[in-house]
Amino acid sequence: MSTALELNALSKRYGSFVAVENAELRVERGAFLTLLGPSGSGKTTILMMIAGFTEPTQGRILLDGRDITALPPERRDFGMVFQGYALFPHMTVAENIAFPLRVRGMTKATRDEKVRGALDLVQLTGFADRLPKQLSGGQQQRVALARALVFDPALLLLDEPLSALDKKLRAELQDELRALHRRVGRTFINVTHDQDEALSLSDTVAILNHGRLQQVGAPAELYERPRTRFVADFLGKSNFIRGRAEPGLVHAGGVTLRQHDATSGDVLLSLRPEKIAIAEGDNALDGRIASWSYLGAGYALVVDTALGALRVHLPSWRAPVAPAEGLQLRIAFAADAATIVQDDADAP
Amino acid sequence: MRRDAGWWALLLPAFLLLSVFYIVPIVQVLAISFMEPEPGFGNYERIATNLSVQRVLLTTARICIITTAIALFLGYALAYAITLASENARRWWLLCVLVPLWISVLVRAFAWVTLLRRQGLINQTLMETGVIAEPLALVWNEFGIIVGMVHYMVPYAVLPMLASMREIDPRLLAAARGMGASRIQVFTRIFFPLSAPGLVAAGVLVFIFSLGFYVTPAILGGGRTLMVAEWISLQILDLIRWGLGTMMATLLVVTILVTLAVFSRVVNLRRLFGGAR
Repeated sequence: MSTALELNALSKRYGSFVAVENAELRVERGAFLTLLGPSGSGKTTILMMIAGFTEPTQGRILLDGRDITALPPERRDFGMVFQGYALFPHMTVAENIAFPLRVRGMTKATRDEKVRGALDLVQLTGFADRLPKQLSGGQQQRVALARALVFDPALLLLDEPLSALDKKLRAELQDELRALHRRVGRTFINVTHDQDEALSLSDTVAILNHGRLQQVGAPAELYERPRTRFVADFLGKSNFIRGRAEPGLVHAGGVTLRQHDATSGDVLLSLRPEKIAIAEGDNALDGRIASWSYLGAGYALVVDTALGALRVHLPSWRAPVAPAEGLQLRIAFAADAATIVQDDADAP
Repeated sequence: MRRDAGWWALLLPAFLLLSVFYIVPIVQVLAISFMEPEPGFGNYERIATNLSVQRVLLTTARICIITTAIALFLGYALAYAITLASENARRWWLLCVLVPLWISVLVRAFAWVTLLRRQGLINQTLMETGVIAEPLALVWNEFGIIVGMVHYMVPYAVLPMLASMREIDPRLLAAARGMGASRIQVFTRIFFPLSAPGLVAAGVLVFIFSLGFYVTPAILGGGRTLMVAEWISLQILDLIRWGLGTMMATLLVVTILVTLAVFSRVVNLRRLFGGAR
């Protein structure tokens, strides 16, 4: 695989406000990359700089090895699905999809053929003559996708493509988007604040906070081995345990825990709630259920222990205990269950 | 039921006011146009036979169409610039558009006279710089009327167009750029078609306004070029020909209603008068 898109020390400042600071990123050809972060983290600014709607203060953007930093948007060769889709309300579905072809001066015959192909691709055959306002949200989203892909751009940019849809439809379209990505084999760059969407759609996720890239990697890698407290907290839920390390051990709250990669110094451990079991074993602790809630697939418990209140997730199917407030129990987690993370100051 | 009746009773004073002071006189005008000087369609026959009536209708139509076209063109350019301007600049632009509305139409007409007359600023400047030898006839003709009317109408053209342009989602324009459209293509294929309803609405408004214009044509036409409103006043006040004057007034009202009826099928006129869509 080769690099399709490369960001080199990309920064954007508005006066003294830093929207994006020194972003370095390489995207493989055909990859599905998601820029994930809370609002104001700079993810949309990065997308807009790639598109050319926002001019970077510093740094370069390379598309297929070609420097496109100075090019206007219309000469960059990307398709884009905008937030709210930005379908042209005065044009039919077919005219919308034909628009990028028309401005490229293609003949009517070529246009018609490609539009038909694009409609088939997003399974909207037969909707060619409808107006956007006659379509449902999901259908509009598919028209936007067809329009963004019809001219075979090198890159597809997606700006919160699913945020306007309800939850059930969103899950459906996530699957469709993944399938579409596999079918067309283009490089997709997606922006979202929805962590589930990022995890389920992407090959690679880049997490941003306050304009800085926090960590880039495969979804499982980010979830299992977060480097910072922010990443651990933003992707899913996590317990944080402060302690002092010596080789193989961490002392915290008067308890000594076995931790496979501990060396020395003050450390912060991130421990996922589902990695704690009600059992005996390594790192076993006495605890008391402070509160609990039933979530269908599992129980979410808050257990008071010597380490403080810990969140514990328990599968509800054949749960070893029936949760009740004040219930005494023993919990345990393996020596490689927790991850040592960097304590970034601004994490909540 | 009784509660409803109470609400309707509240509307009664306004209804009476409107009917007594507005509808009754208009019906009376209509009646006079058929009754004087003798009952029948005599006054209306003159549209087909009387040269003076035909000339005034033709002049009015010509002036109104030219005025509307120029006001729309200038207004569109202004509205476009205001739409694309920054928030701060937009406020100043709007102020500049609206300020003329607060100045009396009489003052503005006389201001144009001082600028356009033979010894006026424009003619003098042109003669002193040697561009022309003889002063140009800029006022007391159709040219002068059109200048004054366009000046008056531009704000009325800008406002509906601005409203319709500001409804255009700026993301559509960015999207079009992103899909490879040049600035000109974005304008011709996206912006212009989406702003067209505002253009038509502004056109209707300006045209209807122009039809009944009185003060500006009276002053800048200098009595030599007559438009409908001045002609009506001449018939009624100076020549005491009520029948002919009211016939023209009726014709004017009918033309306005027909124009509105035709265009209300094309565009949503409620938008023109500030109603919600």
